[in-house]
Amino acid sequence: MSARDDIFAQVAEQIEPFNKKGVALSDATRFATDLEWDSLTVMDFVAAVEDEFDILITMNMQAEIETVGQLVDAVIKLKAER
Amino acid sequence: MSEAIDTPEAVSATDRVAGHSTDLLAKFKPLINEREALLATGVRDPFSIVMEKVLSPTRAIIKGQETILLGTYNYMGMTFDPEVVAAGKKALDDFGSGTTGSRVLNGTYDPHRDCEEALKEFYGTKSAIVFSTGYQANLGVISTLAGKGDYIILDADSHASIYDGCWLGNAEIVRFRHNSVEDLDKRLGRLPREAGKLVVLEGVYSMFGDVAPLPEMVAVAKKHGAMILCDEAHGMGFFGPNGRGVYEEMGCEADIDFVVGTFSKSVGTVGGFCVSNHPDFEVLRLVCRPYVFTASLPPSVVATAATSIRKLMKAGDKRAHLWKNSKRLHQGLRDLGFNIATETAQSAIIAVVLPDQEHAVALWQALLEGGLYVNLARPPATPAGTYLLRCSLCAEHSDEQVGQILGIFEAAGKATGVI
Repeated sequence: MSARDDIFAQVAEQIEPFNKKGVALSDATRFATDLEWDSLTVMDFVAAVEDEFDILITMNMQAEIETVGQLVDAVIKLKAER
Repeated sequence: MSEAIDTPEAVSATDRVAGHSTDLLAKFKPLINEREALLATGVRDPFSIVMEKVLSPTRAIIKGQETILLGTYNYMGMTFDPEVVAAGKKALDDFGSGTTGSRVLNGTYDPHRDCEEALKEFYGTKSAIVFSTGYQANLGVISTLAGKGDYIILDADSHASIYDGCWLGNAEIVRFRHNSVEDLDKRLGRLPREAGKLVVLEGVYSMFGDVAPLPEMVAVAKKHGAMILCDEAHGMGFFGPNGRGVYEEMGCEADIDFVVGTFSKSVGTVGGFCVSNHPDFEVLRLVCRPYVFTASLPPSVVATAATSIRKLMKAGDKRAHLWKNSKRLHQGLRDLGFNIATETAQSAIIAVVLPDQEHAVALWQALLEGGLYVNLARPPATPAGTYLLRCSLCAEHSDEQVGQILGIFEAAGKATGVI
């Protein structure tokens, strides 16, 4: 597995508890429309991802992230900046 | 994740239609449909109550029926205080109905200056700035203090005005889990050491009526070099020996940099303010857009506020009575079998938690028909998707009224199958 695959797997693990409908995950999976998350779910999920990777995803950044792939890329970038 | 930008008190993205339409209001169709379906079941609309007559801080006529008010945030019952009302009438006579201008142009009259003096006396601070509403105070102060490259760190359950203050400015916004000192510490620790940081806290959180662990949070914020703003909208008048708020009661006065508050709760009129001891605080008057680009409050409003604030300084007896009422209502509702959002009474807000919208609206209506008004709160305004009937007590509620309130709750709770 590539380093990106590792991060994807870790992100997927964080999504699981919130993936009530068991939606299959890919880079293109959208949080709002495919996973049908509301803003409260997003808040809990973001906090979990932040703690998992010891990063901060500001709300400004969150506004730009719509898909799982975009989140994986953001996590990689934020980890590199640390 | 774009819906994360929605604030808890905004219309949530899940209320909107996916895709596009040329009708800009089409996005609200799901909300319109939900409301229509609810009203079709025959219930009264909880969001269009009209008070036909207001008899006192605790009683009004709604649809011809005398009703006990238990959802007004009129904590100290100042709205009908004879001295407060007289001050407003005198200012109307002396200064007219309105200023028609900004505070920085033609909109500062003697009563505005006097109101800021009253706030400085009340809070014991060097500076006080009055805004036209509490919402605008948060909007203005937060968006102006934290600029590009700075960070705002806020509690996830923050009021809409705090979220909106964040969006109005250019700072980076970071949320921590509600009232979690550990979560705040971790997030502050991940920020650049040299960056400007503003931690925004509330003394009392208005949905559940719970208070913040301010001493622990203040210690963590100071450790990381952050400045602290505390919103005491629901704490003013009621908490602390001088009624300054939860931060006074918990002994954090030396460490809070900015206190924001409102005149629309304990003070009993409308308006907002920020007080501070920062030597350069007054510069906000020149750079804070929600202060500069709006008309100032009518002179009668600031005159009533100033009179009320000065009376609140000496309202120890009222505070004690309000605590007694709050504790009694909290315990009484628990004893009846209602689910309350907090284990004990932490403030004058007692939030009854209902399992779903149907039960919440049914109980709300049964209470109203029984002669009791409370606030109905629903997601996304509420934390964790809960439906709440929020009760807020007033220092003017008599012991007898609290007994009546419990009786109405018991009858309505049984009639609707909630208890």
